[in-house]
Amino acid sequence: MSRRITAFRAAALTLGFGFLYLPIALLVAYSFNASRLVAVWGGWSLHWYGALAGDDKFKDAALNSLKIGVMAASLALVLGTCAGFVIERFTRFRGRLVFSFMLMAPLVVPEVILGLSLLLLFVASQAWLGWPPGRGIMTVTIAHATFGSCFVAVLVRAQLAGFDRILEEAALDLGARPLSVLWRVTLPGIRPALVSGWLLAFTLSLDDLVVASFVSGPSATTLPMAVYSSVRIGVTPEINALATVFLGAVIVLVALAFSLIARQERRRLAAG
Amino acid sequence: MALLEISGVSKNFGAVSAVDRVSLSVEQGELFALLGPSGCGKTTLLRLIAGFERPDRGRIAIDGGDVTDVPPYRRPVNMMFQSYALFPHLDVVGNVAFGLKQEGMARGRREARVAEMLALVQMSDYARRRPHELSGGQKQRVALARALAKMPKLLLLDEPLAALDRKLREETRLELIGIQERVGTSFVFVTHDQEEALGMASRIAVMDKGRVAQIGSAAEIYERPRSRFVADFVGAVNLFDGVLAAGFNAVALKVPGLEAPIALLAEAELPEGGEAALAVRPEKLRLSPGRPEGIAIAATVEGINYQGGVSVVHLVAASGHALKAQMASAAATSFERGMPVWASWDPADGVVLAR
Repeated sequence: MSRRITAFRAAALTLGFGFLYLPIALLVAYSFNASRLVAVWGGWSLHWYGALAGDDKFKDAALNSLKIGVMAASLALVLGTCAGFVIERFTRFRGRLVFSFMLMAPLVVPEVILGLSLLLLFVASQAWLGWPPGRGIMTVTIAHATFGSCFVAVLVRAQLAGFDRILEEAALDLGARPLSVLWRVTLPGIRPALVSGWLLAFTLSLDDLVVASFVSGPSATTLPMAVYSSVRIGVTPEINALATVFLGAVIVLVALAFSLIARQERRRLAAG
Repeated sequence: MALLEISGVSKNFGAVSAVDRVSLSVEQGELFALLGPSGCGKTTLLRLIAGFERPDRGRIAIDGGDVTDVPPYRRPVNMMFQSYALFPHLDVVGNVAFGLKQEGMARGRREARVAEMLALVQMSDYARRRPHELSGGQKQRVALARALAKMPKLLLLDEPLAALDRKLREETRLELIGIQERVGTSFVFVTHDQEEALGMASRIAVMDKGRVAQIGSAAEIYERPRSRFVADFVGAVNLFDGVLAAGFNAVALKVPGLEAPIALLAEAELPEGGEAALAVRPEKLRLSPGRPEGIAIAATVEGINYQGGVSVVHLVAASGHALKAQMASAAATSFERGMPVWASWDPADGVVLAR
């Protein structure tokens, strides 16, 4: 493979990345626009960031989204890890194949159906059991944890498959009880999957609009919901500013996660 | 009372019998080898002792206590794994201290013990390294220190030297013997390398197809193998298969293809008409241009394999048997390819193996 940059290659690269990143770059640029109109350039200004900071509607929504994201990701981590262990380790039980297929299903089921079915479940559950008391942060968290745990399970399962079980035997041999082996050897061994699983579930939760719209109540507007409803009235540069802040936060998080995973992977390769 | 007492232990994996009615005992302070080809069940036996597998039949007792149903984390044995199985997320100290932490040993004593163990295996300078920053030989030392840290009554070693290169293997062999003598713990190690077993072990159990073929000291196993398998597996050997027949004043072995039956020095009673094999080690085979007295087999030199100090002369007997004779390289220079010679040996050097 030649490393020479030809005109064609340079053009392909520019077009490809341009397609991906030009809209985002425009969005960031227009967030510093002094003009009231989104598409008309009126000079540099931080005006819209100030407006954003003073806007309680978005602040509350962002706080809700963060709360839900953290709780849902944590819940998904626990459930998904359990499921991943069951599929990878408990190899002989009836219906294992069905179980693993069903675990994958929410990854491909359309969000609308997922949201609607969860809404029906919550309504029915409230009618029969009296719980959950109403729709709000709790129901959105549960809904997000549901599909988040599927992603966690897939990641955990894959990493467990590559985990050397001799290490667990070594720990048992050194006097560690099975539970202690899990805490001190197995879970540290699959940490990259746990970290990336949590981050993935968190990102998905932060990102979700459809499912949240179904199962949320009036008290729990998430950030995507707030953005969507305000865009329906009209796009203001304030939304651009919000998106830019959001983008910055996501970039930092993703970079953090990647460097963590890459470091672990390098260590694992070197150790192996 | 033996330290380790295995009685009638069997273990099947599906239809495969990995360990078949094995009984053996290991004494305090022994360096005991389980020797056999791959798939002979030696590693399974080691795992049974460690507690990773449960025997289908039979009992295992350590230091007088029956441990057959005891889980691995409550057995007074520790194991050094072939792949070393060091915990990648812990440094050298963390690895060596792991078992002591599980025991709940106080921090001060624990640190002292870890330092002592690292000094024992000469790894004190690497205390804060992670496993991936260590060479194969260093990992092996850490694995040994970790397994010895809890001062087990019995240390199990699964192919302890297999992952090292040849030169390091020989040094490490001597070190292992030295460490074993210093700590006084009994070692049971698994190996497929007969040189390793002969060179290290105080006693050896040769295993074949899940069974113990012979137990004895290195010299006993090598000089007096009790079966064709042991003779063939441990060291090089010339084997003559034949039928026992009455000779002039002793039993003789009639070997198809050989003119005269080979007279045997029978120690035990050998049933006339029974099948048997005679084993003669290559270094016991003498070659001469003229026909010597007693046992003599006509052969042709097929080639000479120079191995430094010694050489192995490969022969083909008139009967079709392929023979090997080992001698000092200087003596081997008097032979050359295609030369007719007579092979002979002292009857006392032939070992009769009943079948």
